[in-house]
Amino acid sequence: MANFDITSNVRDGMGPHGTKVGLLRVLGPAHVWALGVGIVLVGEYMGWNFAVGKGGAYAALLACWFAGILYTCVAMIDSEVTSTVAAAGGQYTQAKHIVGPLMAFNVGLYLVFAYTMLEAANAITAGYLVSVVSNMTGYAGTLDQRPFIVLVIMFLAWLNYRGVLATLTFNLVITAVAFAAIIVLFLSTSGILGGGIMQHAALFEGHELPYGWIGVLAAMHFGLWYYLGIEGTTQAAEEVRSPARALPFGTLAGIMTLLIAATLTWYVCSGVLPWEFLGDGVSGSVAPLFDTARLSGSDALVWLLGIGTLFATLASANGCINDASRAWFAMGRDKYLPAWFGAVHPKYRTPYRSILFLVPIALIFALGAPLDQVITFSILSGLLEYTFMPLNIILFRKKWPMGVIKRGYEHPFHPLPAITLLALCAITFFAVFLGYGTQLVAMIGFYIVVSLWFHFRRYRFVDRGAQFTMPWPRPQGY
Amino acid sequence: MQTWNYIEYLAWGLSILLGLYMVVDWVRTDTTYPEDVLTSSREGELEAMTEETFKG
Repeated sequence: MANFDITSNVRDGMGPHGTKVGLLRVLGPAHVWALGVGIVLVGEYMGWNFAVGKGGAYAALLACWFAGILYTCVAMIDSEVTSTVAAAGGQYTQAKHIVGPLMAFNVGLYLVFAYTMLEAANAITAGYLVSVVSNMTGYAGTLDQRPFIVLVIMFLAWLNYRGVLATLTFNLVITAVAFAAIIVLFLSTSGILGGGIMQHAALFEGHELPYGWIGVLAAMHFGLWYYLGIEGTTQAAEEVRSPARALPFGTLAGIMTLLIAATLTWYVCSGVLPWEFLGDGVSGSVAPLFDTARLSGSDALVWLLGIGTLFATLASANGCINDASRAWFAMGRDKYLPAWFGAVHPKYRTPYRSILFLVPIALIFALGAPLDQVITFSILSGLLEYTFMPLNIILFRKKWPMGVIKRGYEHPFHPLPAITLLALCAITFFAVFLGYGTQLVAMIGFYIVVSLWFHFRRYRFVDRGAQFTMPWPRPQGY
Repeated sequence: MQTWNYIEYLAWGLSILLGLYMVVDWVRTDTTYPEDVLTSSREGELEAMTEETFKG
């Protein structure tokens, strides 16, 4: 059995334990990086600046770094658990193996909602960007954004349908361009290459913390936007050639990239745009990096950051389709949802039914729901997911201590990252409650209702013996 | 009628084509292959072998 290579061209991802048509194992660490960073980078191009509106520029920087700590903990914990539970579904599969079915069902729904809502928000943004381009090119009328919103969703769904390698290679290219655009903007405007235009001292004077420390707390809500989605790397677990190497490498390289991108984004935007304008993401600065490029006076930078904004939006939507469909597929495969969703395309080797099923749902939200509500639903679902992670890793280490099973990566300082993550999640819940208390309570109510449905109606259909596939020893204490 | 109006129609047309492609392929796949093959994917194939190797 030791000589049997499931990742070889001969086996092609299909093993000796029952799979006739499985997901294709073709991805490497760069694809994992592209999946995680690709989903997130749009948050640097737009959205994070609402944190400035909540508490001023310094509050946004503090939120950037505190959220950075939160997501570093997320990345470390995810790297350890997913490199061990390397299956589609990511955190859903982790919860199923480590906590239990009800938690798994909830986490699966958090994932699908977070990614589908984010996909819808990205499609809305892409439609808006096309309308901006039409105005810049002299179009006098009002552009109908709907065909472009629909086209973004249909094109990316088609790409995902046709195969994961092309999908994430596409993401790798456009994410790299979007990240490089931020670096070029920083180098060009900070004075490193040519004359600088930064005015931090003048812009901050008298506005250091306009709403005091409560503003810093409130800014944490949108501080998540700098990194929201990096945990999506776990969904590639069943399609990477070497989970033990590629997942930790791609995820940790991803969070390092985002920490750099987030800090540079804050630096260039807050040094050029007044905080009142920067912090108003609706009628002020909708796309702060693009606005900074416009103020630089360079046409080349304007085009580069315009392309970067569009590419970041597409990369995010593309990664979201990939991740939502894997989570939905994994739940179908375990019969948490109808088993019909657990099908794999025999030619393209993608979860094609799950990809198709989520298309109309994304379209409904993209065409019929307001952007801020869609984003809030996505953030809240993500936050619930992060709250689960510290409990997950503590149970994982307790049930299967080090050395009992083979781990691809062992994160350091346990349980410090778990405790830090839990504390930061509690602070962020309070911050979200300050601004969106009604939505928070409504969403928790929704998850309670679906949990009751799962417990009393759906769980009877789950094949309880077959869902625990990891060949691990009996957990300690059981 | 301006260029952007044509681009709008083009976007609608491409969306419909891509949607049709996926739906036709979905129906064709579902009618060509048996359901037990399409849903035969099993979680943990690689892990099963890794653990077998790990245990020696």
